[in-house]
Amino acid sequence: MGLDKHGIAKRIAKEVKNGMYVNLGIGIPTLVANYLPEGIEVVLQSENGLLGMGPFPTEEQVDADMINAGKQTITTLPGSAIFNSAESFAMIRGEHVDLTILGAMEVSEKGDIANWKIPGKMVKGMGGAMDLVASAKNIIVAMQHTARDGSSKLLKECTLPITGVDCVKKIVTDLAVLEVVDGGFKLLERAPGVSVEDIKAATAGNLIVEGDVPEIQV
Amino acid sequence: MINKTVANAQQALQGVQDGMTLMLGGFGLCGIPENSIQELLRLGIKNLTCISNNAGVDDFGIGLLLQQHQVKKMISSYVGENAEFERQLLSGELEVDLIPQGTLAERIRAGGAGIPAFFTPAGFGTEVGEGKETREFNGKMYLMESWLRSDFSFVKAWKGDTAGNLIYKGTARNFNPMMATAGKITVAEVEELVPAGELDPNMIHTPGIFVQRIFEGKDYEKRIEQRTVRTA
Repeated sequence: MGLDKHGIAKRIAKEVKNGMYVNLGIGIPTLVANYLPEGIEVVLQSENGLLGMGPFPTEEQVDADMINAGKQTITTLPGSAIFNSAESFAMIRGEHVDLTILGAMEVSEKGDIANWKIPGKMVKGMGGAMDLVASAKNIIVAMQHTARDGSSKLLKECTLPITGVDCVKKIVTDLAVLEVVDGGFKLLERAPGVSVEDIKAATAGNLIVEGDVPEIQV
Repeated sequence: MINKTVANAQQALQGVQDGMTLMLGGFGLCGIPENSIQELLRLGIKNLTCISNNAGVDDFGIGLLLQQHQVKKMISSYVGENAEFERQLLSGELEVDLIPQGTLAERIRAGGAGIPAFFTPAGFGTEVGEGKETREFNGKMYLMESWLRSDFSFVKAWKGDTAGNLIYKGTARNFNPMMATAGKITVAEVEELVPAGELDPNMIHTPGIFVQRIFEGKDYEKRIEQRTVRTA
């Protein structure tokens, strides 16, 4: 039931428009690059210092000095630019990047996001996530609707240390597409074979349902 | 032209002492000062505060300094690739200041540029903002963050000249240019050291004024963390 991670990436890819500069987080967001609509020009920003991220290299092209923010080897494209970390975050903080797509552990109905720390367990650091969520014009979260233990990740209030306040605009999960509006999560679309009741049961925060909710088309 | 050349890492690191604050360039293992790190290991200097975006992996980069318990405090944005780091942190052996990556980059840039503080929205409303001055600008809330400076900055460039001018290659640039500006003493190690005059002044990323010592490094391993390839 619901979308797999490629399905989530495909649905998010439809949000990417011609001419956008986009920052993709690690995990499902990275997959979005594989499903961008034909015929549009999009420039991917990698916060370690590259605009115009190209595909993985061939064996012969592998260069230790060319990596993305996930530390994967990558290539440039015609028109790419390389810069330092301060300049990279000037692009992000200065709102020159149009769209940020990232993963999350929890999202609250006010648009707060938690994705960097589990106290006492996981202490990896926030990387660029706090800078990205504090300044992005548009943030889409890609995640599973519920945690492995079945508990909802769409909450009234985040329980984990937050990464940013009042910043998430849209969420695409295995079950649904939701928009953060005044008063809660507005249900926009549901995954094939998933009912509104299923989504209600999996959402701890306030779910706003208006009229018929169409199925996700991917 | 002032000649900044020293013979090797041993000469370049003269004066590094216990308890100093060091900056080390690199993003992951990309663009790290491998020769300077080796020399820090050999010297066995302890109680270091290391400012670096990451902390290496268990058996390479700053991870090696952690293994030898030479680091008292790390100031980083992301340390997920290092199990020993996480162990020392959770057990309380290691002090850690985790900083949003853009804030870290800007604090170092500010240190080099003589700007003691600035406001950024990153971390507002989170634990990063606890105890920090906040201010509203145009209806949005910002945190005050202060500059970072080091006793020694260790940077890695692709090419350099005897005047200390540096050119980086690819995404190995990352934090190196800002760190070069923020060190009381900046040590640059380069893959190729050429006489002043051989590099095109239009192509210089770090002007030599920021570099006190430069040497040609050797035996670069340039380890790759995630070797991702496609079939041609």
